[in-house]
Amino acid sequence: MAEILEAHNISKNYGGVRALKDVTFTAYRGQVNVLVGENGAGKSTLMKILSGSEQPTSGEILLDGEPVQLDSPRTAQARGIGIIHQELSLFPNMSIAENLFAGRELRRGSAFVDAGGQRRRAREVLKRLGQDSVDPDTLVGDLPIGQQQLVEIGRALLEDVRVLIMDEPTSALSNHEVDVLFEVMADLREQDVTVIYISHKLDEFRRIGDWVTVFRDGSLVAHESMSRTDTGWIVRQMVGRDPDSLYVRNSSPVGDVLLDVRGLTVPGTVKVDDVSLTVSAGEVVGIYGLMGAGRTELVETLMGMRKASTGEVSVRGVNEPKGTVQARMAAGLALVPEDRQRDGLVQTMSVRDNILLSTVARMTRSGLLNGAAEQKTAKEKVGELAIKIPGLGAVVTALSGGNQQKVVLARALLTEPVVLLLDEPTRGIDVGAKSQIAGLMAELAAQGFGVLFISSELAGVMAMADRVLVMARGRITAEFTAENVTEEALVAASASESVLEGHS
Amino acid sequence: MTDTHVAAPAPTAAPQPEEPGSTALARAALLLLRGRTLVVLVVLIIIFSSISSEYLTQSNLILMTKHVAINAILAIGVTFVILTGGIDLSVGSIAGLSSMVAGGLLFKGLNFPGGTVFFSVAVVILIGIVVGALVGAVNGLLITRFRVAPFIATLGMLYVARGAAQLHSNGGTYPDLAGTEARGNTGFGFIGVDSILGIPVAVWIMVAVAAVAVVVTTKTPFGKHIFAVGGNERAAVLSGIRVNRVKIAVYVISGACAALAGLLLTSELGAAYPDTATTYELNAIAAAVLGGTALAGGRGTIIGTVMGAFVIGFLSDGLVLVGVSTFWQSVVKGAVIIFAVITEQAQQRLQSSLTRRTA
Repeated sequence: MAEILEAHNISKNYGGVRALKDVTFTAYRGQVNVLVGENGAGKSTLMKILSGSEQPTSGEILLDGEPVQLDSPRTAQARGIGIIHQELSLFPNMSIAENLFAGRELRRGSAFVDAGGQRRRAREVLKRLGQDSVDPDTLVGDLPIGQQQLVEIGRALLEDVRVLIMDEPTSALSNHEVDVLFEVMADLREQDVTVIYISHKLDEFRRIGDWVTVFRDGSLVAHESMSRTDTGWIVRQMVGRDPDSLYVRNSSPVGDVLLDVRGLTVPGTVKVDDVSLTVSAGEVVGIYGLMGAGRTELVETLMGMRKASTGEVSVRGVNEPKGTVQARMAAGLALVPEDRQRDGLVQTMSVRDNILLSTVARMTRSGLLNGAAEQKTAKEKVGELAIKIPGLGAVVTALSGGNQQKVVLARALLTEPVVLLLDEPTRGIDVGAKSQIAGLMAELAAQGFGVLFISSELAGVMAMADRVLVMARGRITAEFTAENVTEEALVAASASESVLEGHS
Repeated sequence: MTDTHVAAPAPTAAPQPEEPGSTALARAALLLLRGRTLVVLVVLIIIFSSISSEYLTQSNLILMTKHVAINAILAIGVTFVILTGGIDLSVGSIAGLSSMVAGGLLFKGLNFPGGTVFFSVAVVILIGIVVGALVGAVNGLLITRFRVAPFIATLGMLYVARGAAQLHSNGGTYPDLAGTEARGNTGFGFIGVDSILGIPVAVWIMVAVAAVAVVVTTKTPFGKHIFAVGGNERAAVLSGIRVNRVKIAVYVISGACAALAGLLLTSELGAAYPDTATTYELNAIAAAVLGGTALAGGRGTIIGTVMGAFVIGFLSDGLVLVGVSTFWQSVVKGAVIIFAVITEQAQQRLQSSLTRRTA
């Protein structure tokens, strides 16, 4: 088996965080090389290094056995390494042909675009992708997401690509679109193109992959020929041995039902489809699923940020029909969003103002803010949650990720909720902060809160949740208790189409 | 799922081998940059008073401050809007419209089928301000309910309100606003012409408006909500802040301030004409920006805006006094504004590097 692209002893540090630790990876020529691992395991970082958009802190890259310096995406492209990112980078307002040649237009003379030539080449590329019937003048924005993905691949093919890196290309695709993509990948393999394929979907990549490489916490933990593995082995490699030591488990007695959701449906590109669930006092409920499964949409709808078309939400046994953020907050719900920077923090404000954002209207004396009360309240929460800050007046962006997360949590707790909705509370923070957040969740449950959290990390969701719900395509496809949950069942249910097939 | 969250370089508190002197120097520079509007103002006064002995006289200072008052009031209103991340281009036209409404009421009264009614000056002023507030409310509704971009909504209103001002008199001027004893509507000159304790009433009004605005922006929950909406609208929504209400309120405040400025101008002139305060919106926005208000929202102060209005006013009047042509005045004013924004960015960079060092 011939190696084409090798990474030797690659490490990558971002500030103090080691995203990759001494990784040695090999991609075999004319094969589909699959990379798996949880979020933050380092897969995408390695791919960014191999495609030239990031530089390793140490280590070297070999192409055909020769050391190469990939100092920009352009250099990597010139050497035949192309990458297709998870987020499409197409221009929806331009045609397929224009997108294929964007930034490297074919020219007639020195000043004019050779539109006819581009169209001709575009037709050839579309044919190679099995899309003979598609008109190259179609606007990309009018194509379904699967075909847009193919246009993205088309861009790479135009460059005479030898190594094609695909970062989770199927996460937004329908089953049929995945089939088409896999046919294209099989064709590429025939044409001696090497594919490096990042995926979360075990059932899918087992169909197409020749080799599988597993990442965990920035290290390469396993590398094996696909035929010599099974799903259970891969999952065990992904999760590692002992997640329970990292996370504190809730052990509170379960009380009354605090949140009762019935038949909640939200239309949209990522939909929520007829979801019913309950969360009780003292209970920690996890929602596991893949990107685009509708989990964030579900909690945002519960919080009143999206409008449900049908369904009922009751808090403490009382139906809350208005569905505005204010009404849901008053009823006793609070959301800590997934993307702190985008949805959680006001970056221009201080730590104190961010903590008090939801409740500042209560801290007045004859209409004016009561500075002493503000200071006292913020200080109390900082102490309670052990938030490390340089001072209450410091800008919130000066804090570390875990502490920023706690600032948002402090704000949510000040609204005096009964049920906390936490969207990926442990994403993007380091291991120590993760176990702290897990401890906090258990503590909150012990205080009688109901906790509903979203997680994409198998180990985390299994170790922290008393009950795990699995979402796929907007539906709850399975429900497990802490006793009967297994990694394989979670993974199977998260990729499943049918409803409640794994119901316990 | 993306791995990008982890990949994002965390703002680390890397221990940098900084000698203490450079931090102190950076702090001094930051202080100077923060107070740059004041520094510029002092420099202007020194330069102009060294060229012309008339510049730094009591009477000239009072006159210049009176000129500043009208722009400052407009700019304070606009600052509320800019702090939320919006923009209000319609304030000059609102000033013109309220000027014509008030002028019409004083000059020819309000025609009813039964006869003509005249209102007292206080009521006329109130009506003028309410008109401005209502136009502001329309701006706010266009932006929140109909999701029109603030730039477009208020640009449209710039034309609509100016047209309405012209329609009010068919393009004519209301030449005499003195009123008569019989109608009970004398005394409109008080706000724009008279003085109390040697200081023009208009200046007192500016001080009062600024004081209220400072309290509202820094000492009330509504003020915090304004900064939150401008700093991160999604986070504000999620925090339960009624973002649409906050937005409508700031346009109402801006409209009311604009109307007040228009009334002061009209009172000073003693006549209402439809072109009152044309292009004043640009001076108002310039004052806010000069004073350190970020056009992206979430950052700025009322005091800064008032200082910005002083710089613009003292600069224009100084250039006139030393005999610089109006064409050069325009060039200098523009250059100062651009310079102010460049230094604002320098301040932000310095500030964030300092916080990182101390964090």
